Amino acid sequence: MLDQNAFDMRKYISRNPQSVAVWIALFVLIVFGLLRYDNFGSAYNITSFLNYNAMFIAISVGMCFVILTGGIDLSVGSVAAFTSVVAAYLSPYGIEVAMPLAILSGVGFGLFNAVCIVFGRIPPFIATLATMLGAKGGSLVISGAQTIAVDWGSNFTHLGMEKAMGIVPWTIVLVGILIIGLWIVLEMTSLGRTILAVGGGEDASVMMGLKVNRAKIFAYALSGGCAGLAGVFLASGFGAGQPLEGVGWELSAIASVVVGGTLLTGGLGSIPATVAGALLLGLVFNILNFENGKGWISFSAYWQMVIRGAFLFAVILFQTRVMYRRPNVEFAK
Amino acid sequence: MTTVTSEETMRTDYTSRLKDHGGLIALAIILVFNILVTPNFLHTQTLAVNISQVATIAIVAMGMTLVIATGGIDLSVGAVMALSGALAPLIFLSDFGQAYPVLGLIAALLFPLLAALVCGMFNGIIVSVLKVQPIIATLILFISGRGIAQVLTNGNLQTFSNPEFSYLGTGKILGFPFQGWLALAIACLLFWVVNRTIFGRYLLAIGGNERAARLAGGPVRGVKIGAYVICSVLSGLAGLIVVAINSASDAARNGNLMELDAIAAAVVGGALLQGGKAPIFGAILGAVIIQLVKYTLLANGVEDEVALIAKAAIILAAVYIQQARKE
Repeated sequence: MLDQNAFDMRKYISRNPQSVAVWIALFVLIVFGLLRYDNFGSAYNITSFLNYNAMFIAISVGMCFVILTGGIDLSVGSVAAFTSVVAAYLSPYGIEVAMPLAILSGVGFGLFNAVCIVFGRIPPFIATLATMLGAKGGSLVISGAQTIAVDWGSNFTHLGMEKAMGIVPWTIVLVGILIIGLWIVLEMTSLGRTILAVGGGEDASVMMGLKVNRAKIFAYALSGGCAGLAGVFLASGFGAGQPLEGVGWELSAIASVVVGGTLLTGGLGSIPATVAGALLLGLVFNILNFENGKGWISFSAYWQMVIRGAFLFAVILFQTRVMYRRPNVEFAK
Repeated sequence: MTTVTSEETMRTDYTSRLKDHGGLIALAIILVFNILVTPNFLHTQTLAVNISQVATIAIVAMGMTLVIATGGIDLSVGAVMALSGALAPLIFLSDFGQAYPVLGLIAALLFPLLAALVCGMFNGIIVSVLKVQPIIATLILFISGRGIAQVLTNGNLQTFSNPEFSYLGTGKILGFPFQGWLALAIACLLFWVVNRTIFGRYLLAIGGNERAARLAGGPVRGVKIGAYVICSVLSGLAGLIVVAINSASDAARNGNLMELDAIAAAVVGGALLQGGKAPIFGAILGAVIIQLVKYTLLANGVEDEVALIAKAAIILAAVYIQQARKE
């Protein structure tokens, strides 16, 4: 029994080759950046990069849980926008009030998704699409379609703008705790194992007597909560609740999860690889910015979307053609 | 015994009929509500405005219905609209288009549709050959299609004055908008394709049971690619119409959130998300309902944001009723 629990590198690589590939790609890009650009390794670039990408890492790890169950959550971007407005309104009461309540409002949207999917039998893609619209409408209604300035007098903006012990930004500390916590949940608890089993085969899991509904509800509520946290980061880091933000975030999150080697059909994937996927996508743009700064090429902001799509395409090709040729792993449903 | 049974069948017949015709009933309720509440609703101008706006939704929704019939989904329709809408003015405003107005106009109509066709091929091949989930496969163009349109136009709003091209969006036949007639003609053509051609039979067979269709020797790949191509070309056409209506092309806004309207219209019209059904005229009915809900809320002073929430509720309700019918 002890042997099975011990970490076996070879087994890990053969079980999930792409998550190894993503770490290698990340490493290569970092080395490339360090060699090519002077300020790439500067403390300023590293902290601002991580600070900005903390939002995307948060929603990506939540999305990872949903995708592991074989579902999808398209509402994360709008929910983050909604919770950023909630957090901005609550900012005068301080971070210790605003953050938990904003996250709770995100969990509320997640629970709504879960109820529609688990009890209403509505396909995840449609249910979360409706929530996406609803949350967007909701955030525009409560904010009057205006950005809501946060209270600079309270400690709310400390989260997004100050550093723990003067070194590490608070957002990164929080995201680090989130990653480790969710990693433990997925790999070491029965809930995490159930989530993987549900994605692997829902009918079989039901017949095994696993608590399938509980696992799915947890996954969607978690995704909503993670989107809520991202909304708090957004409000705190940019000093305002932004009802119009979050467009396309769900795509970034899905792309990060897919790049990290998680199977879209569920059942196989990992949290650290998802984080690596999110970092990799962010790094591509960081490097593009540096490259623009060098003056050799000039990419307008519009190229970002094209490149993001091309990147997703490349990864999908890689997944279908190279990695998962085993007949028992069908990439499509 | 017999009376009980017949009564039961009558009751189930009644409820199933209610579910089958839920769309028509919803339409009737909205119409009655509007006639009673909305000022100037029974006015030919109101009708013309609504037709000109519903046509684009209906055209895209019909294409979406074909894709949904195969058990797929196409998220890229809005991006394809932006792309084709950006290409047309680029062509007839170019030096070539200015020098040869007629050729330029023809090119401005054909080339964007060709680009849309390529987009459809791309979606279809990823879905049917690489066997990627449709949501993810069409996500690629959903992200980058609009990006390409914005790169092409450098993010600028292109305004133009070209009466011949604008006829697509502002012309009138027998007093009704040209695009309304166009949508109707496309509906008749697609209805024939779905119900009277081999392509249509296989389309429904694939959605019903893809494995069985393949084992029966059906051209599964070709038919699936065909569905995505038709959907994309129709989206491209809708993009051209929107540009023609506005006499301006804005790559950032053209077709924005159209995928939601189209999916909602198809589902409200009776398309099953699992595939196997392609109610073409249902898609038009769905589009009319979506448009009328939008119009009703707007005409009665309800804000746009609340209309979003209403749309979300409609989608959820329609799919929920559909699921209940299936079980």
